[in-house]
Formats: sequence, C-alpha cells, structure tokens
Amino acid sequence: MRDLRVLEHHHDDDTAMTPPRLIILALSVLMVVGLALAALSFPAGDARLATLAMAALPQSGVLNPVTAVLLNYRGYDTLLEVAVLLLAILGIWAVAPQARIWIRRPDTPVLAAFVQLLLPLMVVVAGYLLWLGADEPGGAFQGGAVLGALGVLWVAAAVWLSNARRGNLLRPLLGIGLAAFITAAVALLLARGSLLEYPSGQAKTIILIIEGAALFSIGATLTLLFVGGFPRRSDAP
Amino acid sequence: MINASVLYALAGVVLFGMGVYAMIAYPHLLRKILGMNVMGVGVFMVFIAISYQGPEQRADPVPHALVITGIVVAVCATGLALALATQLHALTGSARIPADGEE
Amino acid sequence: MILAGIFDIALITILLACAWLALTTPDLLRAVVLFIAFGLLAALAWVRLQAPDVALAEAAVGSGLTGALLLSTLSVMQRAEARRKQEHASATTEEERRA
Repeated sequence: MRDLRVLEHHHDDDTAMTPPRLIILALSVLMVVGLALAALSFPAGDARLATLAMAALPQSGVLNPVTAVLLNYRGYDTLLEVAVLLLAILGIWAVAPQARIWIRRPDTPVLAAFVQLLLPLMVVVAGYLLWLGADEPGGAFQGGAVLGALGVLWVAAAVWLSNARRGNLLRPLLGIGLAAFITAAVALLLARGSLLEYPSGQAKTIILIIEGAALFSIGATLTLLFVGGFPRRSDAP
Repeated sequence: MINASVLYALAGVVLFGMGVYAMIAYPHLLRKILGMNVMGVGVFMVFIAISYQGPEQRADPVPHALVITGIVVAVCATGLALALATQLHALTGSARIPADGEE
Repeated sequence: MILAGIFDIALITILLACAWLALTTPDLLRAVVLFIAFGLLAALAWVRLQAPDVALAEAAVGSGLTGALLLSTLSVMQRAEARRKQEHASATTEEERRA
C-alpha cells in the first residue's frame, strides 16, 4: 500500500479559464442545447421492446429480465463483451511490459491478515450475487466486480501476485469465460442450428454455467487491469 | 410538470457536455480520462432515464443490460487508457498533450 | 410526489456539481476523489430510476474499480515526478560544487 501513501495534493494541472477554453465551453454548451432538444423529442412511452422482453421472460429460463437480455436474448452481445475484456488485458500487456504497481511485502501483517479473512467472505458474496442474478438484481458482472475488488485488495496488500508464477495462475481464469461462452455457442449452433438459442428447460443451467465461467474471467480481468501490466516481481523501489 | 425521466435525461446530456469540454480543453491525460468517464455516465443516464416508465410500471430491461455491458467496457477502456498514459509519462516525463503553439 | 421531485432535483444538482468540480479542480487527487463520489451518486440515481442491476455494477466497477485504477496511476506519476525532481536537485548541486 506504499503506493497509495505517497499521494499528495498538488496544484499540478492548470485549469484556469483562458479565452480558448471559454470558446470550447461555449461550443460545448451549444452542443448540449442541441442534444437536449433531441433528447426531448424522443418518443415517450414507446415500450415495444420492453413488452417483448417481458413477454418472452417465461421461456428465457430466468426471472430477472436484465439477466435474460444479457445472457439469452442478446447473448452474442455479451459473448463479444467478454472478448473485449480479454482484448483490453492483452492491449495493456502489449503497451506496458511491466506492472504499474510495485509488488512488495506489506509493511504491516494486519492488512494481509485482514485481506486473507475477507477472501472466503467475498468469494461467497460473489457466488451469491451470481446465483441471485437469475431472479433478482445481480449476476455475473456484479459478482465478477466483487471478485475484482477482492483481487485489487489482495494485490494492494501484496498477499497475492508476490511472484510471477502466481500471476500465471490468473491466465487460464482470464480466458475461461470466453472459452465457456464460445463452447456453448458452437455446441448450440451444431445441435440446434442457431447461435446461443437455448433448448427450453435447460436454459437456466446453460446460463448459469456460462455466467459462472464469466464470473472468474471478469474478476481476473478487473484485477489485472489494476495491476496494469504484465505481473512480475519487481525489486525496484 | 416535467417528469423524472425527462429531468434525468437532460442531466445526462449536461454531463456528456461537461465530459466533452474537459476532454478538449485540458491537456492532462488523467483529466481527459476523467472526462471520458463522465461522458460515459452521461450516456448511461440518458439510457436509464428513457427506460424509466414511472413508479408503477417496471422499467425497460433492454437498456439496463446495454448499460451494464457499457460500464464494464468503460472500465476496460479506462484501464487501457491509463496504461498508455503511464507509459507516456514514463517515456517523456509528462502526461500532458500540449496544445498547438505550446512547447 | 413533491418529495420525490425535491429528491430528484437535489440529486441531479449534486451530481452535476461533483462532475464539474472533478473536471475542473486543479488538484488531480481531489479530482479523482470527487469522481469516485460522483460514481456513487450516479449509482443512487440508477436505484431511483429502478435500475438496481445497473446500480450494483456502477458502484462496484464504475466508481470503486475505476477509482482504484485512477489513484494507482496518479501515485505512479507523482512518484516518478518526485524522483526526477530529486535527481535534478542532486545534479545541480553537483554542478555548483564543480563550478
């Protein structure tokens, strides 16, 4: 956590209102007025899509309409999003060969012990959010965010990723969500001739399997975003 | 009377404008990234405001799903942008994009 | 109904103020902290607009994780600048001694 302790208040950016900035501000205000007029002219109460989404809910396998949209109606969209997560990490590894944060031993054992205590709790919460996501607000993204927060805490407390080998353990997790999604998509394509069209009755099982795999991928991705580079041990200050 | 949907949609538009202004006007990359995120929240707010159909009816789930996707993609874009900014700072000693005419 | 209206206007005012301050304060650390507060307020707005799924994602990812990313980047930049300043200072004293 030494990282965050050096943060100081600086007047390190010049944000004074200069004439060119005033012009930019005026142009932005003009744009806002135009966009506001456009926003006001949206057709009100046009809920055709909502009606369709709610009508098909009993066949979607889940009771939470948002999960139904994410994993069932627009499953291919979410598939591509999981691919985007993977690409973001690959992009970061390409531009930043070294981890942005220094991985070092914690100065105090209390932090490390606390984070280790949090681990099982947060894993349970993430799993619960995933399970809940079928019927109530929640799901793979929210659960994955909890796992990502856990990863950030672990990295910040230097419990985890203290060597590159453990960093390598995260790599299969990164890809598992996309792999499960693509496997399901291809299997369904071969079996039913249509991409991500779930057989009725098994929809919930398939959705939960995909979400479970995506949960780990999202958690690993968010953790590695925070690491901000290829995870390796650094002895530099 | 203006309803909540319209009110929040207008607020989203204003947020978007603020983000655009900050991205163009300020040279520091961290602030440009902040501006990008504020723009994103503005867009999300327009989406969510449009899907809101009053306290009695259930809100439209389709924009909600799109926004959840958007939030996660936004954090990925932010992470990538921050990695690029860090790298630029490490190589040149400054995380600013100088305006025309400046050094 | 009126209470809800007052809540809406108060929330939107604070949201817009937070965003504007986050984007214009000269102190980047303060800007990042204001942005985190802004994200949490936005999560509140999503709950108000009956989007609890989005609120969960926004509070955890949009505010928390983005904030952690921004803070860690800021600390890396500040540390590098402090180191450069130190090196610069020691180099100038060396030159002065030689002169």
